[in-house]
Amino acid sequence: MMTMRHLLPALLATLITTGCATRSSLYQWGSYENQVYAMYADQGKTSPQEQIAQLEADIEKARAANKALPPGHYAHLGYLYFQTGRREQAIASFETEERLFPEARPYMTRLIARAKQ
Amino acid sequence: MSRIFCRLILVSLVMLITACASNKGYDYSAFIQNKPRSILVLPPLNTSPDVRAPYSMMATVTRPLAESGYYVFPVALVDQTFRENGMSEPGEMHQASAAKLSEVFGADAVLYITVNEYGAKYVLVDSQVVVSASARLVDLRSGQQLWEGKASASNAEGRDSGGTGLAGILITALIRQVANNLGDQGYPIARITSDRLLSARHGGLLPGPRSPDYQKVVGN
Repeated sequence: MMTMRHLLPALLATLITTGCATRSSLYQWGSYENQVYAMYADQGKTSPQEQIAQLEADIEKARAANKALPPGHYAHLGYLYFQTGRREQAIASFETEERLFPEARPYMTRLIARAKQ
Repeated sequence: MSRIFCRLILVSLVMLITACASNKGYDYSAFIQNKPRSILVLPPLNTSPDVRAPYSMMATVTRPLAESGYYVFPVALVDQTFRENGMSEPGEMHQASAAKLSEVFGADAVLYITVNEYGAKYVLVDSQVVVSASARLVDLRSGQQLWEGKASASNAEGRDSGGTGLAGILITALIRQVANNLGDQGYPIARITSDRLLSARHGGLLPGPRSPDYQKVVGN
């Protein structure tokens, strides 16, 4: 019984903290989600330049940690570049999204064509 | 430690284990057959009175879907693409044909979300913040519905048991912390709703190709 006393709570604690649904993340989530939210809900509060700076900082952090950024991060950044007239960088960002996630190719091809207009 | 406590732990262990392992009760045959890799999330329909509801959902759905192993199209850009094509209302976007969505985005599947409740809800003397939503995943190649589900979350969850549940306390603490920073109390709750709705688990989506669990879990 003595071992049970110690083992069970430990096991339970492990299960609760690790859970079944949570595992080590596939991606390093920077500010992308909050930026999507802010784009609509806090319109005008943060300038596109600030948003760009945050997403660029996320890239540096992910690179330093050798972690992958989530789907959409580079595409969203590309969109912000496009909005602020930085077309070359927009295209490069869309290309990065496409390279990391080939599933995005048809849509990115469309966005790249749009940015080149 | 009392015997009752020991038993309680055992019961919770069994519950945890069964909760994780079983996929019973949902017919995943269309899901398994179609094998979607990428998901196009359309801006959600909103039947709640709060105009922030769809944006909160849009911002929080990418994580559970991506962490479940799917490519998720950049939600804000998708919205923008619709607007550039003359559709600014989610109602119109949800009417777009599968052929058109395939052509423009090249997605395998589309996710239709409706936000049913969002924000403060007054119950007797107490008020709670509730976000509930439902979703439907449809394959754009075959037109088959792959999955549907609904989920809800509330900041009153930790209060029910007198605040003793560990998960409840954690959730409550998390919500208070984030809510204080943002002003929109629904946003942190929407995150929990999205996680519950769209994480790969029993009754939810099956793990996608980028998940280490891809095709490990048998559907039924």
